[in-house]
Amino acid sequence: MGKSVLLIEDEPNIIEAISFILSRDGWAVSTHSNGHDAVGVVQSTQPDLVILDVMLPGKSGYDILREIRGHSDTSGLPVLMLTAKGQVKDREMAERIGASRFMTKPFSNAEVLEVVRELVTE
Amino acid sequence: MATLNMLVAVCLVYVIFLFLIAFAAERAAIQGRGGWLRSPVVYTLSLSIYCTAWTFYGAVGYAARSGLEYLTIYIGPSLVMIGWWWVLRKLVRIGRSQRVTSIADLISSRYGKSNLLAVGVTVLAVVGTTPYIALQLQSVTVSFSVFSDAYEAGLTRDNHESNALLVAAGLALFTIVFGTRNLDVNERHHGVVMAIAVEAVVKLFALTAVGVFVVWGLAGGVSDIFTRIDTSEIGSWEMRGDRWAGLIFLSAAAFLCLPRMFQVMVVENENEGHLRMASWAFPLYLMVMSLFVVPIAVVGLDLMPAGSNPDFFVLTVPLATGNDGLAMLSFIGGFSSATSMVIVAALALSTMVSNHIVMPIWLNVTGGGAVVSGDVRNVVLLSRRISIGAVVTLGYLYYRLSGGGTALASIGLISFTGVAQFLPVLIGGVFWRGATRQGAFAGLTVGFLIWAYSLLLPSFGASMLSADLMANGPFGIGWLRPQAFFGIEGMDPLVHAILWSISLNTLAFYAASLMGFPSPLERLQGAQFVNVYEHSSTPRGWSGNLAQSEDLMIMAQRILGAREAQSLFEREARGQGMAGVLPEPSPEFLQQLERALAGSVGAATAHAMISQTAGGASVSVEDLMAVADETAQMMEHSSQLETKSEELARTARQLRQANDKLTQISEQKDAFLSQVSHELRTPMTSIRAFSEILRDSEMLTAAERGRYCSIIHDEAIRLTRLLDDLLDLSVLENGQVSLNTQTGQLADVLDQALAAALTGSGDAKLQVMRSREAEKLSLTTDLDRLSQVFINLIGNAQKYCDAEHPELKISVAHREGNVLIDFTDNGSGISKEDQAVIFEKFSRAGVQRVSGAGLGLAICREIMTRLGGSVSYLPGQGGAAFRVVMPEELAVAAQ
Repeated sequence: MGKSVLLIEDEPNIIEAISFILSRDGWAVSTHSNGHDAVGVVQSTQPDLVILDVMLPGKSGYDILREIRGHSDTSGLPVLMLTAKGQVKDREMAERIGASRFMTKPFSNAEVLEVVRELVTE
Repeated sequence: MATLNMLVAVCLVYVIFLFLIAFAAERAAIQGRGGWLRSPVVYTLSLSIYCTAWTFYGAVGYAARSGLEYLTIYIGPSLVMIGWWWVLRKLVRIGRSQRVTSIADLISSRYGKSNLLAVGVTVLAVVGTTPYIALQLQSVTVSFSVFSDAYEAGLTRDNHESNALLVAAGLALFTIVFGTRNLDVNERHHGVVMAIAVEAVVKLFALTAVGVFVVWGLAGGVSDIFTRIDTSEIGSWEMRGDRWAGLIFLSAAAFLCLPRMFQVMVVENENEGHLRMASWAFPLYLMVMSLFVVPIAVVGLDLMPAGSNPDFFVLTVPLATGNDGLAMLSFIGGFSSATSMVIVAALALSTMVSNHIVMPIWLNVTGGGAVVSGDVRNVVLLSRRISIGAVVTLGYLYYRLSGGGTALASIGLISFTGVAQFLPVLIGGVFWRGATRQGAFAGLTVGFLIWAYSLLLPSFGASMLSADLMANGPFGIGWLRPQAFFGIEGMDPLVHAILWSISLNTLAFYAASLMGFPSPLERLQGAQFVNVYEHSSTPRGWSGNLAQSEDLMIMAQRILGAREAQSLFEREARGQGMAGVLPEPSPEFLQQLERALAGSVGAATAHAMISQTAGGASVSVEDLMAVADETAQMMEHSSQLETKSEELARTARQLRQANDKLTQISEQKDAFLSQVSHELRTPMTSIRAFSEILRDSEMLTAAERGRYCSIIHDEAIRLTRLLDDLLDLSVLENGQVSLNTQTGQLADVLDQALAAALTGSGDAKLQVMRSREAEKLSLTTDLDRLSQVFINLIGNAQKYCDAEHPELKISVAHREGNVLIDFTDNGSGISKEDQAVIFEKFSRAGVQRVSGAGLGLAICREIMTRLGGSVSYLPGQGGAAFRVVMPEELAVAAQ
């Protein structure tokens, strides 16, 4: 059984693409598409890695990350942040609040795969 | 052989002679035969009280010690008479029109009739003049002693003192007798003026006689004198520029400000025209006075034993050469100089003391009631007499206390510097309307303090200011040393004192005037003084002007009626022994007339009318107009200022708003770019991800391959649409859009829009309800753009209506000249917070993630603005509701 990844993303096509890539690599991918209850899902599923979009309906990815880092059982969880905004200040913001990695859309599939492997091995 | 007794007898005879002259002059004036009293010659000669005993005797001594420097004392007044006669003329004009009685009166009158200021000036004048009176007494006693040394060595000092007392008493008596014989409104004293005019001739004659004797009797004529000058110290004396400039300025200032000079020059002036002669004749007089000074000094130095006092060469040279008669004449000349100065100074000071100190106190003590009773005249005369006695006594006491020693020698220039402090206030008051009482107080205070500190007190020697203070300054503050202010050393003490006292005085006067604001009375007086020529082209008087009577008659007729006014005037004219119906406007008659008028128009008005018609020191209509005009200008100015500050505040507000707007726009631009980036990157992400999958992954099913290709295709279209919307919005926002105006049916436009919006919607079943009747409207506008708006609104309903059976109702109504087209669906509507922002760019409401960039409503709003209408959210309709408003002018109901 491969390691588990929780993908929190609201764009259906992107969910489908990332799920496809990671499944093919042997990851167990679960998805969630809004911000409201994302933190609860993280806590209940206890994945090995979270891939988190910034622009989410209901609650922003930054707020979700802060909460993840605020809970003792998830504070060390690797989190890969994705954003389509791609401005320097977004990257700085993500690093400040504790994102493990930060990637700007569009990304290359190989790169995502590589980062995910890296984060879980650590 | 002249004896001392003879000398006393001559003095006595001379004084009796003066009494007789003064008495004759007074009689002549009273009897109206005094035409010759009012000649410009007498006026010019009376100015010669400038030349006191200090000048008569001292000039020679001055020349013996300091060469030609003594000339500065004559040059100053000469420059004033020749170059500054227009200042004198103005002072004289003001003195006459304002009925000024002294320099204190003029200054206080100018600065809002402030009695405090008058008291201050009076006190300062007394302080500045008393030592000078003492100097005159000293010169008389010393000249006595010069004779006594020559004849009766046994005479003790007590005799000199008693001589001084005698002289002082005699002068006080003379001044009382001729200075306070009557109370003239104009304060003119014909007897006194005549006497000092005669004394002017006596002293000029005496000095010239001594001079002629010295040049042609003792020396060998003019050329010999020049040779002697060249060989003496005087010939090689170096001229010091700073002292010359300082002394010329000082004597010029003192000439204008000395109370006694003001008395003869302004108060006693009969006719402004007299200045014309005085302006050349007085400098000439001074020139003759100074002509023989150097020859006498040179010959005296040659002739007299070393160490003899050059101050009395004028006496001792004739005595030493046995010319007793000439010595006697010289003595009389010096005596004249001293007496004329004391008499006029006492007269001038007593007027000030009495008017500004004694009388106000007396009126205060007795209460105002006495003012109206007749005995005030006697009180004034008594107070004058006492004041004269007091001033002369003060001078005598000063002489006794100072011991008649060397302290008196330099008193002349110290005194000059003291009274010169009046100059800024005097000149400023006459030429500058902005000068204020506050400024006058400040200037005078500063000037006199510096004068006292840097010149007067040091003159008393170590008894007043210790040597330590002189050398190191008070409390060791070096820059406050009395004779080296601000550390500037090496200046002549006198020049130092003149420079600092006058300049700081002027500065304080100017600054305090600018800081304060004059009271109405000050402004009024300022206007009258500065513009004296405009206000009083002819000097007005109480007497001798029948034209005034005519004016009074005209005015009285208007108020009393012709018959009563004429009978009143005729009665008075008969009483005065005048032919005709017009009486002299005597004070009595004016009072009578005022009472008669008061019965009709009230006391205050009657007084104002009489004052205006009969003149006097009252306010003319022109003055009031000038003040009112000035006030109006100032009010206008201040209201302009107010308007300007309001404008400034408004501009600042606009700038702040503009800045806020710019900041907001800049923030919006950043947010917009960030949004655009996000909206472009999202479809690109899908495109890139799936194209890599297609490229890299083996073992894809055909179905997978087909699905991923169509995702790429759809996302590419989404990108294109986004770019289209962005460009469209940009064009609309920049106003570069050109409208394609057509006429068509609203129903047709809606049909079109519905067809376009609902194509390809697949299984979505939006039920559209319309009211075809109401849609029968002909529109003239850009139908394509309108259709674009409709498509957007219908598309939104389709995308966001969350009802199980979504419905859209399109209704048309007319209100207030507008056509209203409402699009209402049956969904859950839009939340209040979202309603506020849905028309902003990229403000997709709620949680839905449906295709579309969030630019639709922003574009709709821009389009409707261009079409002259609007689109807005309509709250409270159940579902989401949008209202499109079109002005009816462009929408004509179809037939």
